This record gives sequence, structure tokens and C-alpha cells, in this order.
Amino acid sequence: MARIAYQRLENHRPLVWSLLAVNGAILIAGLGAAYVMEHRGHVVTGMDNQIVWGMPHVFAVFLIVAASGALNLASVASVFNRSDYAPYARLSGLFAIALLVGGLSVLVLDLGRPDRLIVAMTTYNFKSIFAWNIYLYLGFLAIVAAYLFAMMDRRAARARLFGKACGWLAFAWRLVLTTGTGSIFGWLAAREAYDAAIMAPLFIAASLLYGLAFTVLMLSALSPLAGEDFLSEGMANKFRGLLALFALAVLYFTAVHHLTKLYVGEHQGIERFLLIEGGRYTAMFWGGQILLGSLAPLALLAAPLRRSVLMLASALFVLGGLAQMYVTIIAGQAFPLALFPGMEVTSSFHDGAVAHYRPSWLEIVLGLSGFAIALLVSGVALKALPFLPRLRRD
Amino acid sequence: MSCAADGRCGSGCTHARTVDGARRALLQGAAAMLTTLAAGVMLYAFGAAPAAARRPEEKASAQQRWGLLIDAARCADGCTACVAACQVENGWRDSGRPTDAQWIRKLTVKNPSNGASFSLPMLCQHCADAPCVDVCPTGASFKRVDGIVLVDKHTCIGCRYCMMACPYKARSFIHEPVEDQKPHAPRGKGTVESCTLCVHRVDAGREPACVEACNDTAGGAMLIGDLNDPHSEIAKRVAAYRTTRVRADLGTEPGVYYRNI
Repeated sequence: MARIAYQRLENHRPLVWSLLAVNGAILIAGLGAAYVMEHRGHVVTGMDNQIVWGMPHVFAVFLIVAASGALNLASVASVFNRSDYAPYARLSGLFAIALLVGGLSVLVLDLGRPDRLIVAMTTYNFKSIFAWNIYLYLGFLAIVAAYLFAMMDRRAARARLFGKACGWLAFAWRLVLTTGTGSIFGWLAAREAYDAAIMAPLFIAASLLYGLAFTVLMLSALSPLAGEDFLSEGMANKFRGLLALFALAVLYFTAVHHLTKLYVGEHQGIERFLLIEGGRYTAMFWGGQILLGSLAPLALLAAPLRRSVLMLASALFVLGGLAQMYVTIIAGQAFPLALFPGMEVTSSFHDGAVAHYRPSWLEIVLGLSGFAIALLVSGVALKALPFLPRLRRD
Repeated sequence: MSCAADGRCGSGCTHARTVDGARRALLQGAAAMLTTLAAGVMLYAFGAAPAAARRPEEKASAQQRWGLLIDAARCADGCTACVAACQVENGWRDSGRPTDAQWIRKLTVKNPSNGASFSLPMLCQHCADAPCVDVCPTGASFKRVDGIVLVDKHTCIGCRYCMMACPYKARSFIHEPVEDQKPHAPRGKGTVESCTLCVHRVDAGREPACVEACNDTAGGAMLIGDLNDPHSEIAKRVAAYRTTRVRADLGTEPGVYYRNI
């Protein structure tokens, strides 16, 4: 196999610096939002004692799930021995780390006491899936970093077994990681929208889709900046097929999830809420997640391949993913807990009532800053180290 | 001449041995009367104590399992004596905003098919298998060996996963700075809190504020006691009457029993 040459992003055009500056500004705005939230309390957000997880979690969980999926290309190259994906393996690992750092940052900055991060890192309740996830996230960062070292260090790269082992370990770890993320919801027996083992494979399928869609967008954006064609017709065709496959997998698991709940009488209330009577949540499900975020991009992918269409489809998959996280996280909480199934319950604490959630700009800015962090980490790394493959034959 | 209370006087003393038998009996009787009277005054002043007070250095006992029995038939719709007492005791307020904490609230439950309804207080159910304890990443949510579920305010990071997991919506997040805190019920912005079963009172041998208020000023619907003690009033009543635990199907083993629901 021919050796692959790599390069740093050596483009110093104002556009590159402008992009970095814009993301830096969003990051600063996000930090400012977090400061206001911590200083004045979460009362400045749209979250309350009914909707306890809001927009920051929508963004954070999306980024964390996408992080695992961003490793797709590296896994396809190293685990499934597809050499045409090998040039993208370094980028794939970098995006995985960048997205995870972005997602975790938002999650931490939204904590009621982010200053106690050290407590979260040192005091564990091993019965908590949340605590397991802390290990899974940190382990993922370490393993992917080792994987990148194995690919990028000259001597380590010669030890092919080491690289192979890292590739396999990262592949297995990412499946466990996304299983863990899905189980954060799947193991919540109290809430009818969750409480389902299928949340784990659903999240794995979603991670494959979100991560690849993000990667395609990044490759498309980087091509002109690096003066390379990272989305050649051949690769674009492969990405198109994979995106369609992953989108169908997400639709399949989503359908099975809802059909299973619909079949059981006790869950028909939550399904009626999500699918028919939930107002903006129903609109977000059908309009955002299904129509705009799944069916429309699938239709685009079925059309003759054009780069702009592939980009549009990928962008829609990302937006659809955010809509899916919104429906999963917010609508799942908005539906009232069944304290007395079959009875009507009222109280001063909004029992029995659908919760209304209006996110504040602070939350949205904090969430967007997760993307900014991911892009900044990627940008700085691309400038500092040779992640970009040199595909042109000079 | 004085002598030691235990009668171990000097070699020449015959004081203890020469005490008149009738006088001793009189003193013993007076002491017994005083003890009884003192206990009666205490009972009048503080209500029936759930158990003897624990000394500060004494650990909670796994032999005990604190629980509540709430009789919905005695809980009047619209009565909020328990809620008001909890607010005063623990220093939280409900101004009607969804961000306000509520440690205890009154529920009105109606059967939609026939309109029959009942009212009851809902609070932390102090579950034996508490989901909030299971999911807490730092272990800040914990269960004392005597069954009382609490939040360690020093290790709560404010992730709110316990609120996602609680089937009873019993937990609240503190959304803004709090003032006028009670020394026995510390609260902190950015952390989660819930009913403590007035652990400071229970440890002092007193009833929780809600139980006391309900018994003193309302229908006497609430009873606290040691479910593990077969001689306790609560254990006897739970054994004698048909009781219900809310969402018992979830297997959380709540420590709060309801009658007549």
C-alpha cells in the first residue's frame, strides 16, 4: 500500500482566521452565559423543576453522541481494512476528540456547581450509569489519543500491531460509550418516554449518522481551505451510501421504539403526546426529526450525486439530530410523571400537567459554544499537526 | 458529714446502712412520680416522640426503618398544614413559580371515570431502593442505614440526574440564591434538595414538622415510626390495615404508606 502523506493546514488567508475568531467569540459568549447562569442561578434559564435538563443537554448529548460516530472513518479503515478510508483516519480521530470535548464542556458548564468538577472526578458511585459514563468519556479520549499517536508517531506507526490494537479498542469502546449514553435515558424507569433498552442501539445508530454527517461537512469545508478534494466523487458516493444506511437504521430503531410503546396500553398516553397531541414537541418530532432531519435528506441522497446536495443532506441530518435530542430530552420530561396511573392528578407543583419549556438565549449560546469548542479544537490541531491527507499527486 | 452518692463512704461511716426503710420507699416513690410527670410534660410540649433521642456520637441504626403512614381519609382537600409547617421548619418558600422548591405538596387525585377524588401529601418516599441514590454519580444522594434518604450538600454537583430518576417528583433544584436558611436544613444554589424527614427532629426524638402540624392542627392523618419495630404504632397499623405505596410496581420499596387511597 502506498504511503499516505499528510499536511498541516497552512492556509493563512483571512477566511481561516475569521472562522477561528467567530468560533472564539461564540466560545467567549458561551463562557459568559455559563458565568451568568452560575452567578445568578439557573433561574435565568428556561429550565425549572419540571424540565430539569434543557437546551445545554440537547447540544451536549448531540455532541457526545456525534463524537463516537466521528470515529467511523478511522474504524472502517483500521477495523474493516478499507484502505480508501485510511487517509481520513487521523481526521476522524481528531473530530471524535474535538466533539467530545465540546459536549463535555457544555455538560460541565451547565452543572449547578461546576466548581465541584473535582468532586465529580474523584468521588464515584459505581451504581450510577452517569458515573460509568465519566469513565467511558475519559477512556475514549485516552484511547483515541493513543490511536492518533499510533498513527502519527513515526516509530509507533511502524508497530502496526499497536495501531491495530488501538483501532479495535477504540471501536469497541465507542460502542460501549454510546451504549452508556443511551442508557442514561434507557435506564430511567420513572419516565415513560425512556425506560427502554432500545435506547442504547438507537443512540449507536444515531451516533453513526451524526458523526458521519459532521465529518462530511468538515471535509467539505476543509477542501477549499487545504486546496484538496477530500470529497472526491468516489468517496462522496461511499459517504452517501453510509449516510443513507445510518439514517435508515435510526428510523428503524425509532419506529420500533414507538411501536413497542404503542402496543402497551400503559404507554399510549406518552405516545399520543409525542406523536399527536404534544404541540411543539409533536411538530419537532414529525417536522424536525422525521421530515426535515430524515426523509428530506434521504430523498436528497437518492437524487444524482452532487457535492452541494451531499452537504445539504449532511446539514439536515445534523439539524435532525438536534431535533431528535430535543424531542428525546425535553419532550420526555414535559410529559407528566404517572404517580397514579389512570387517575387525574393536580397539585401546586404542576403534577399531571404538561410542562412548558421556553429556552433562554443563555442556554442556546452555551449549547452553541460546544460546537465552537469542537471547531476550535479541530482548527488549532489542524494548524499545529499534520492531520490532513495530501491527496493530490504533484 | 457528706458521703458519696453510691454509698462508698469512709470506713467508719454507717450512713447508707442506717437509712430508714420507709424513708427510702418514700423517696423512690417521689422519684418515680417526678419521672412520670416530666415525661407527661414533655409529651404535652413536643408531642409523641417517635423514639428515644440519639446522642450526637451515636450512629443511626440499621435495626430501624423510619417510615410514614398517611391516612388519606383524614387528609382534607385544601388543607396544607403539613406544607406550611415544612416551609417554616426548613426555610423554603413556594411563590408559585416552577423554579421554586417544594419539599412536600398536596395532591388531588381524581378518578376520571366516576369523579371520586382524594387528597394526600406527596413528599420524598424515602425508598429502600431509591433511584435517586442509584443514579447519583458522586454518591451525594444517599440513604442512611435507618432508611432516611438525604442529599450531601457538599458533594452534590447539581447534575439533576436524581430529579430525572425520581418517580415521585420529590426533588427540587435550587435555581437562585437562598436566604434565611435554617442551621439544621442547609440549602445551596445549584444543588438538589428534598424532604429530609426532618432528620434533625427525628434524631432528637421528635416528630417531623409535617406530622406534628397535621396531628396538632389538622386531621391527624400522618404517623411516623419505626417500621422494623413490631411494637411500634406504625408497624401495627401497617400490619392491620390495607395500605398502598405509590408506584410500588417500580420496586423502589417506598417508606411512605398510604391508607384509603
